[in-house]
Amino acid sequence: MNCIIIDDEATARAIIAQLCTNIPELNVLEEFPNAIQAIKYLNQNEVDLIFLDIHMPDFTGFDFIETLKNPPKIILTTSDPNFAIQAFEYDCIVDYLVKPIGLERFSKAIQKAEAVKGTTKPKGDSNKIETSSGNDLYVNIDRRLIKIDIPSIYLVEAKGDYIQVKTEDKNYTVHSTLKKIEEKLPDHLFLKVHRSYIINVDKIIDIEDNSVLIKKDVIPVSRSNRPELMKRLNLL
Amino acid sequence: MEEPNLSYIHSMSGGDKTFEEKLIGIIKKEFPLEKQEYFDNITARNYKRTAANVHKLKHKISILGLEKSYEVAVNYEDNLIENKTDGRENFEAILQIMTDFLKTL
Repeated sequence: MNCIIIDDEATARAIIAQLCTNIPELNVLEEFPNAIQAIKYLNQNEVDLIFLDIHMPDFTGFDFIETLKNPPKIILTTSDPNFAIQAFEYDCIVDYLVKPIGLERFSKAIQKAEAVKGTTKPKGDSNKIETSSGNDLYVNIDRRLIKIDIPSIYLVEAKGDYIQVKTEDKNYTVHSTLKKIEEKLPDHLFLKVHRSYIINVDKIIDIEDNSVLIKKDVIPVSRSNRPELMKRLNLL
Repeated sequence: MEEPNLSYIHSMSGGDKTFEEKLIGIIKKEFPLEKQEYFDNITARNYKRTAANVHKLKHKISILGLEKSYEVAVNYEDNLIENKTDGRENFEAILQIMTDFLKTL
């Protein structure tokens, strides 16, 4: 089983990695001091098992699980036995290890994970972050995944290495690209009208020549994108 | 007061001396940082963060075989969550014992 370890404590990561060396079936691919780094890794890589600490600053183990669309098997590792009941509300959690973890108890947890390996995990884009689920989009800002209600977004503007996501209530500056967010937004609602702008078509106030007024922002419409924009409009 | 020991480390290392030295090295490096963060937060009366620091330090208390001290830390963490500092003196005495022990390794 390919696994990763997520724990903000270096001592804990070292202990779990050492315990893994006693189980030939386990292959530790990576260790992460926080969940955000792990999420980035899981976007690109598939794993069978995650050793996950619950108590981590900013982003807890449970927060992390909530971001995974099809989580792999997870063994929680914690100093706090009080979360056991909450832990087993998640189908993906196969065991709950209270630190300090002994070899015998660790081996038993791996046997449990082996027993359920591959039985519930759907094929396809497993481990991908649920960046766009229904009406929600999660953006990574200052090591926090912040939920944005997609229909509330009226404009996305490219600004160098960042994009600015403007919503009814708030603006968010995110380290990402226009191309990446375009893939996450529903086509029927959003349209790229310029190399630096994606607009929510429902939020247009008016269109004049080669620009649209959206809220208080006047956004240029490039010549190549104008036909698609016009197609979207319910013209009288 | 009970004395720290390396029983847990020996039991989980499977006799791997290289790992034992590596782990002790990590603890010696990480513990002072966690301890400092604890003292910064308790001095600033930021009890929620202090509770999180105690929570993390609990693991090292248990790694060093301090079973009774672990219970002291559990109670102190609970108190801090309720913005109380009962048990502070005992907990900080445990930190000192750990500090002294790690110096001998």
